[in-house]
Amino acid sequence: MTSLAQSAYRAPELGLPRLLAGVSYYHPTGLAEHEDLYGPLHLPPVSPHQGHAQRQRQRLIEVVERSGLTGRGGAGFPAGKKMRSVAALAGSDRKGRAVVVANGAESEPASCKDRLLLTRAPHLVLDGITLAAYAVGAGEAHLVVHGNEDELLDSLEDAVADRDTLGVDPVPIQVTGIPGRYVSSEQSSIVQYLNGGPAKPTFSPPRPHERGVNGWPTLVNNVETLAHLALIARYGDGWFRGIGPPAEPGSALVTVGGAVNRPGVYEIEMGTPIGQVVTLAGGPSERLQALLVGGYFGAWLPAELAWPVPMTHAGLRAVGGAMGAGMVIALPITSCALAETARVVSYLAEESAAQCGPCMFGLPALADALIELAYEGGRGRAVRAIATLLPLIESRGACRHPDGATQFVRSALTTFAADARWHDQHGSCYGVNRAPLLPVPGDDEREWDWT
Amino acid sequence: MNYRLRVNPIACTGHGVCAELLPELIELDPWGYPILLSPAVPAGVMDHAKRAVDACPTLALLMEDVTGP
Repeated sequence: MTSLAQSAYRAPELGLPRLLAGVSYYHPTGLAEHEDLYGPLHLPPVSPHQGHAQRQRQRLIEVVERSGLTGRGGAGFPAGKKMRSVAALAGSDRKGRAVVVANGAESEPASCKDRLLLTRAPHLVLDGITLAAYAVGAGEAHLVVHGNEDELLDSLEDAVADRDTLGVDPVPIQVTGIPGRYVSSEQSSIVQYLNGGPAKPTFSPPRPHERGVNGWPTLVNNVETLAHLALIARYGDGWFRGIGPPAEPGSALVTVGGAVNRPGVYEIEMGTPIGQVVTLAGGPSERLQALLVGGYFGAWLPAELAWPVPMTHAGLRAVGGAMGAGMVIALPITSCALAETARVVSYLAEESAAQCGPCMFGLPALADALIELAYEGGRGRAVRAIATLLPLIESRGACRHPDGATQFVRSALTTFAADARWHDQHGSCYGVNRAPLLPVPGDDEREWDWT
Repeated sequence: MNYRLRVNPIACTGHGVCAELLPELIELDPWGYPILLSPAVPAGVMDHAKRAVDACPTLALLMEDVTGP
């Protein structure tokens, strides 16, 4: 077990909670309280000797690689590998020509784990940003959240100011609000926005890690990933790997919603069976038919099938699902799954950046076809119409937005195949009258601008 | 030499010139945007492919040499 610096604070027990250990229901954890809990952040002073400084940075990257930490924003990419590639591309001259961006712009309506971290344990995230900036030799660091969340922006700026008075962060952290659109939190959107453009995805390559903010190699990490980094640097990779399966170790924050008794954010051991995650949230409040795992870029899974599946990227992929940023929504048997799917796809269609034709025209067409299927039926032709549309949309956008939507629809057609056939023949069902379950922000809560 | 076609979907506005000039490899979707039937460009249609790339009004059709080192 290697930790970055010898801390006077002993590593906590291996169990849970980790990230949420110091979280109060009522107030954010302040800097003094944070340091009492975890110990102060130790950064080795950057050596004036180039080679030595580089080895010090390298050591932190190696610890992260050995920890097996994967990105918690949805893609699950190995965090150490990403750091290493940014550090390598930033070059050996070490003039601070790399940028770190912490992505806290949680656009997924069903997720609130990033918001919880930022409002309750902001210093874990800020420690993580400083560690990441140190590791890749960055000269600039940004924390990005939605610009319409004034309270959050204020509280984060206060937290950064507290740290500045004590000189905790050698690289100043800039808190930036970006437009609250669904695709604005995609990493290339954030980079384009920080470069002065609209918060819309860009064509790649170049990817942000090659050429990002200011044209410099840019490390974009989800805020939860960075919070884990803050603990790994303190307690070591061995501590992190102490729970969870070897391929995807550690803990993760998940948001559980829908027909459960205690919806909310929970910290779980990676690999916890999905059924146990639902039980953690108070168990089903009604009889369930299916679970939506991974949010709106995830997949519907029949409840019985999903119950024993481990909450890992590999585990969910194996059953045709996706872990995404760890959302689980329980759908009761009284809801109409197709009406729910249609509503979400309509929302996703409206959230298209309207840059790529297949997304701009394909998603509204898909939403219309789903609405027809759910509410009117298609005299046996609606399901086929949807199946014909899907390949016209897939793999044809600059970002993953259209593909996320089609994966969601494909899973609905598989999981609710019998329902879809019934609707196609007979039209609407009783379930469509039930109040919508999947969260979709109302028009008045949404932001429509891109700049 | 081993060439592959790629569409920059942001730049593409669906003029459809590429499908006219390179019907061997490109057809249009219901909204007028190109679908690549195959990204690899066979030697026999190289001239047509070059012409389509040059003629795209938004420079959205890209041909890249992917020959390994």
